[in-house]
Amino acid sequence: MASPESTINGPTKADSKSLRNAFGGVIAFIILVLIGVLAFSIRLFSVIKYESVIHEFDPYFNYRVTQFLSKNGIYDFWNWFDDRTWYPLGRVIGGTVYPGLTLTAGTIWKVVNSLNIPLSVETVCVFTAPIFSAFASWAAYLLTKEVKGPGAGLTAAALLAMVPSYISRSVAGSYDNEAVAIFALVFTFYLYIKTLNTGSLFYATLNALAYFYMVCSWGGYTFIINLIPMHVLLCIVTGRYSSRLYIAYAPLVVLGTLLAALVPVVGFNAVLTSEHFASFLVFIIIHVVALAYYIKGILSPKMFKVAVTLVVSVGLAVCCAVIAILIAVVASSPTKGWSGRSLTLLDPTYASKYIPIIASVSEHQPPTWPSYFMDINVLAFLVPAGIIACFMPLSDSSSFVILYIVTSVYFSGVMVRLMLVLAPAACILSGIALSEAFNVLTRSIKFQLPGIAGNSTVASEESGSSSVVAPSDVSKTEKTEEVAKEKPVKKNRKKEKENVEKKPTPSKTERRLLVLPLEASVIAVLLLVLLGAFYVVHCVWAAAEAYSAPSIVLTSQSNDGGLHVFDDFREAYSWLSHNTDVDDKVASWWDYGYQTTAMANRTVLVDNNTWNNTHIATVGTAMSSPEKQAWEIFHSLDVKYVLVVFGGLVGYPSDDINKFLWMVRIGGGEFPHIKEPDYLRDGQYRIDAQATPTMLNCLMYKLSYFRFVETDGKGFDRVRRTEIGKKHFKLTHFEEVFTTHHWMVRIYKLKPPRNRIRGKTKKSKSSRSVSSKRDVKGKRNPWH
Amino acid sequence: MGLGLGVMRTIEFLLLIIAILSVPVLSDLILSKVERRIDLTSQIARIASTIKAENDGSSSVSEILLSIPEVQAKNLAYLTVKLVEGKGKAKTSGVTLAVEPANPKGMPPALSFYTMLLPKPLANGDSVTLDVLAAFTHSLRPFPEKITQADIQLVVFQDTAHYLSPYPVKVQSLTVKLPDARIESYTKLENTKGLGSEIKYGPYENLPPFSYSPVAIHFEANQAFAVAQELVREIEISHWGNVQVTEHYDIVHGGAMSKGEFSRLDYQSKPQIRGASAFKHLVAKLPPRAHSIYYRDAIGNISTSHVRGDSKKTEILIEPRYPLFGGWKTAFTIGYGLPLQDFVFESEGKRFLNFSFGSPMHDLVTDSITLKVVLPEGSKYLSVSTPFVVQQEEEIKMSHLDIFGRPVVVLKKANVVPEHNQFFQVYYQFNALAMLMEPFMLITGIFFLFVTCIVYVHVDLSISKSSASYLANLQWDDVRATVQQIQNTVNQCLSTHEKLEASLRDLSRTGDVQACKAARKATDGLLKELSKELKPLISFLQSSPPAAHIFPKVEELVAKERELQERLMAKHSIIVDSYEKKLGGRETENRVASVQQKIAALRQDIEDLMEYIDEI
Repeated sequence: MASPESTINGPTKADSKSLRNAFGGVIAFIILVLIGVLAFSIRLFSVIKYESVIHEFDPYFNYRVTQFLSKNGIYDFWNWFDDRTWYPLGRVIGGTVYPGLTLTAGTIWKVVNSLNIPLSVETVCVFTAPIFSAFASWAAYLLTKEVKGPGAGLTAAALLAMVPSYISRSVAGSYDNEAVAIFALVFTFYLYIKTLNTGSLFYATLNALAYFYMVCSWGGYTFIINLIPMHVLLCIVTGRYSSRLYIAYAPLVVLGTLLAALVPVVGFNAVLTSEHFASFLVFIIIHVVALAYYIKGILSPKMFKVAVTLVVSVGLAVCCAVIAILIAVVASSPTKGWSGRSLTLLDPTYASKYIPIIASVSEHQPPTWPSYFMDINVLAFLVPAGIIACFMPLSDSSSFVILYIVTSVYFSGVMVRLMLVLAPAACILSGIALSEAFNVLTRSIKFQLPGIAGNSTVASEESGSSSVVAPSDVSKTEKTEEVAKEKPVKKNRKKEKENVEKKPTPSKTERRLLVLPLEASVIAVLLLVLLGAFYVVHCVWAAAEAYSAPSIVLTSQSNDGGLHVFDDFREAYSWLSHNTDVDDKVASWWDYGYQTTAMANRTVLVDNNTWNNTHIATVGTAMSSPEKQAWEIFHSLDVKYVLVVFGGLVGYPSDDINKFLWMVRIGGGEFPHIKEPDYLRDGQYRIDAQATPTMLNCLMYKLSYFRFVETDGKGFDRVRRTEIGKKHFKLTHFEEVFTTHHWMVRIYKLKPPRNRIRGKTKKSKSSRSVSSKRDVKGKRNPWH
Repeated sequence: MGLGLGVMRTIEFLLLIIAILSVPVLSDLILSKVERRIDLTSQIARIASTIKAENDGSSSVSEILLSIPEVQAKNLAYLTVKLVEGKGKAKTSGVTLAVEPANPKGMPPALSFYTMLLPKPLANGDSVTLDVLAAFTHSLRPFPEKITQADIQLVVFQDTAHYLSPYPVKVQSLTVKLPDARIESYTKLENTKGLGSEIKYGPYENLPPFSYSPVAIHFEANQAFAVAQELVREIEISHWGNVQVTEHYDIVHGGAMSKGEFSRLDYQSKPQIRGASAFKHLVAKLPPRAHSIYYRDAIGNISTSHVRGDSKKTEILIEPRYPLFGGWKTAFTIGYGLPLQDFVFESEGKRFLNFSFGSPMHDLVTDSITLKVVLPEGSKYLSVSTPFVVQQEEEIKMSHLDIFGRPVVVLKKANVVPEHNQFFQVYYQFNALAMLMEPFMLITGIFFLFVTCIVYVHVDLSISKSSASYLANLQWDDVRATVQQIQNTVNQCLSTHEKLEASLRDLSRTGDVQACKAARKATDGLLKELSKELKPLISFLQSSPPAAHIFPKVEELVAKERELQERLMAKHSIIVDSYEKKLGGRETENRVASVQQKIAALRQDIEDLMEYIDEI
């Protein structure tokens, strides 16, 4: 990234300055375009290595919603009641989904098709994420440029274009909210900083709109609406209050809250829940402060003191009362007005204690140290340097960046998924650090190599006193470099004229000291370039190997070097979609709900939305019950097919047996007759001969291992690396209707209820048994 | 089973007898020899008959009737009749005769009739030999209708052992060719022989018109019963050199329905026994040089397919996502590109596409085919020629960057068998220049985008031209321009100073005092001119209100510059003076030192000021 800077700031003569600026602008523009291309193309590994297909779980739901939107139009979309999921409850999609992503892709599709470019909805969905990651890196450029100038901006944009953490969520096909939301997040921050630097109401309005887009896109918008108030508060506390701060904040809260309330999924939550509380509190504070500054302006210092004592004594009493009421209101609600996921953020142990369904999702677990290295790589080491660079000099905007990195580091430490919020912050700070380092080092080199100093050679040959002139000459170069950097900072000060004139002199002396030895600088530059190269190599590797697998298609390298494809999921979904009735209900663990509705177009009981814990617990209970009870639960829910994922034959580790304990836990949370210890032998989860009878008789075990022993004669499970406990058994209430090629998905059909013809001969006996059965049902089956 | 077959047979037979009894004898034609060969090795029943007809009457005959029972006729997919010319070994099948459905009066309603028009009327005593090929779909009925995974698939075929004809038949025989597998049962009549996988009926002699003797053959058939319920083929012509074919299939296994459970274990361990009725793959024979072949369905690419190609054909082995058992369905799409020159030709000012009609799949029965030929945008005067009757429509398709849309010829036909894979032609006129329309459109589009950008940058778009802020903006622009000029001038001054310094250096090197003085004079003149230039600019700045906050700085800059000038002059004179006095270098330096320091400081100040002004 050294090249753009040196080009931007290359010649020093003032008359060539405008030309140089134009030239630098063009080069910066080209570099930005290239960064966009890089961001887009590094995410295409998944398409090249696999195929153009939607990935994983949630993207399938988004894809399905987009299909609905493009087919039925926006009004039907808002009113969409989906009866293919959460049977028999259904789900109001229009009111429970963040519509940003869907509307974005739907709009792109519509525009493209109105130009008669026949792209399918799927294609548009697949490529939405890479397109928006290019936008995100441009937004990062803008934000960093506001903070530390264009050089740092370009570096940050290049880093963000290929940061693995973001790639993991935005490869082609990963059609998820985060793909769009990160762009919205960074862009909102940029507009906030821009407003803060310029004090322009125009940008403040744009900021509110960007915030609105963010609210549309992702639940993570609460991060913005908490971070910005925190920064405002920080500014006020450190005495940096200004009218620009007011313009940056007040319109955002008012307009932003009004706009946020327009999104159906947020609605009145925008004013009711505690996540938004901080913004209103700071809104009040900033008004009080503004009033105080205003009064200070019109009163004499003496009068002001009197007024302060008066107001403080009265105001404190009122404030205490109001706060007491607020606390009482908030405390009266069980979750203190916070949603489960937010509470998990504040108290990392919360979910595992109270909400197993949140804890069961792997991306809600805290990350491990290696995952930091994997996801942000060398940025982790550059960030501290960036923070230091932000402190000299500390401005409104750089303090915001520092606050951003600090909070996001904390959040990423709680949930692995929020690493995504950390990534842009890390990129921005690393961009600043790298750019500053290059600045210092190249300046030192330039100073010591008069040949390179170019235009200034004439001056430095001045007779006699070259040693005196040369440093001043260097400082001239430095300062032209500084011009670009500190523009925003100085812009702030344009209005507060008094300290402008002091500035140049101290900075000059400071810079003279920053000259490093030539060899050291050259080596340091080389090392930095090496570091950058290492980062690039790592990112490309991560994009190509680690994060591109669509997870519905698995591949493995066979011994002869060929590629073996495991396409079992689609095989099963395709079978379901073509060979079962359109209204059949399919029961499976919630992970596969979205995929089943999207790919097989069949009604499911539960899906990845997890909005109804009881319903999920019912399925969990059925899976962990013996065959007969399970059959009764499923039958009462009109289920016709049960789908289980089984990896024991080929060694696919994330199968239902490995997830089974969560089913037990979640089921047990609602239906206490399911007890986790019943499934564990001495606290250990096992499926071999030592396993508990409850475990070996539950539906999940039976459906997974039905006739498994006949494959190799022993029943060796390759995931658990053990022989299974119960090998030969028959199913009485279910029948196998389909198993995929590698046995990864097995589909069973519920046998129809048995005819009661037999009961004629033994009438008295059967009626008794029926009544006793009913007793059991009353206890066990939540649906009777 | 036997009972069922018997009942069916009896009912059909009764129907026919009732119908036939009331029929008058038709014309004087006699079929002297009929040989029929029924091929049942695939799911399509192909009946090839060689018929020798003789005119026994007085009047000449120009058409011959062909009768097919209604039960079979609804499954009739393909019927063609060829005239055999020559005799004995030198037989060659020649002209294809036109065959039309006929509805002669007074014929039994359970029969369908077709007329073959002879090229020349058959005179008394003459004879003619015809080759009739008929293909029937869905005429192998699975029996039993539902089987489990482990069962083999048995099918029943019914026909008549005697050739059903409105004419008397002298000599006839029937051969039925079955696949190499078990034969469950077949109707045994007189003169019936079973030879391995072949069953022979006949010869029978001198049978009256409408003789009928039903036979049923029950045998094992494990070949693929692949039926495309719906096939949409889209052939898109691009004159840039490609013919893109896209085929959407809805495939069903048309054999015995599968019942009960499907066990992958059984299927994998003993596929021959526990999955005999299923088919795993289909083979498509594509034209040679097919490229960019893909095979996918609604949820993505299907990775199980293999392509083999040589110079005559491209063979693609397609494996659906799962094996298809009886009644199971699947849907997929295959697509491929073909070189344009192989299929589109030009003749008499018209272009035409020459392409095969049916599906390239082996032994596939297509219930309903829709063939769409998408011609390039701007094609005109479309006409279609097909070797058989099809339903025709035209529509418009909007595709890549179209304005008017591309004309599409839609051909529809039900019940299609591989025999229909004949070439059909679509004629159209197309001007090659129309090819350039879309690139041209793109170019103009981008051109206008840039033009609008340029215009946007250069045009003043403010709404009110008299508002205070607008005027202030204009004034501010003026001020900036002026400041820029001032800076330029100051820079010129500075470069002039450089010249002066350079002359001093020359002096120290050469000691030429005169040259140095001359340089001094020249710079003096220059500087004076420059300061003259500066004056109006400064006075303008002073007068314009928006420059109020910048003016002091500019003034300071100019003042500093002037001071610098003076100092430099002083330095110059000192040095020149000392040279003239021939003073030592050390002494000169001492004298100059104080001035030199001031100069450096002033330079620095000027630079700082320039910086500051720049930023404003």
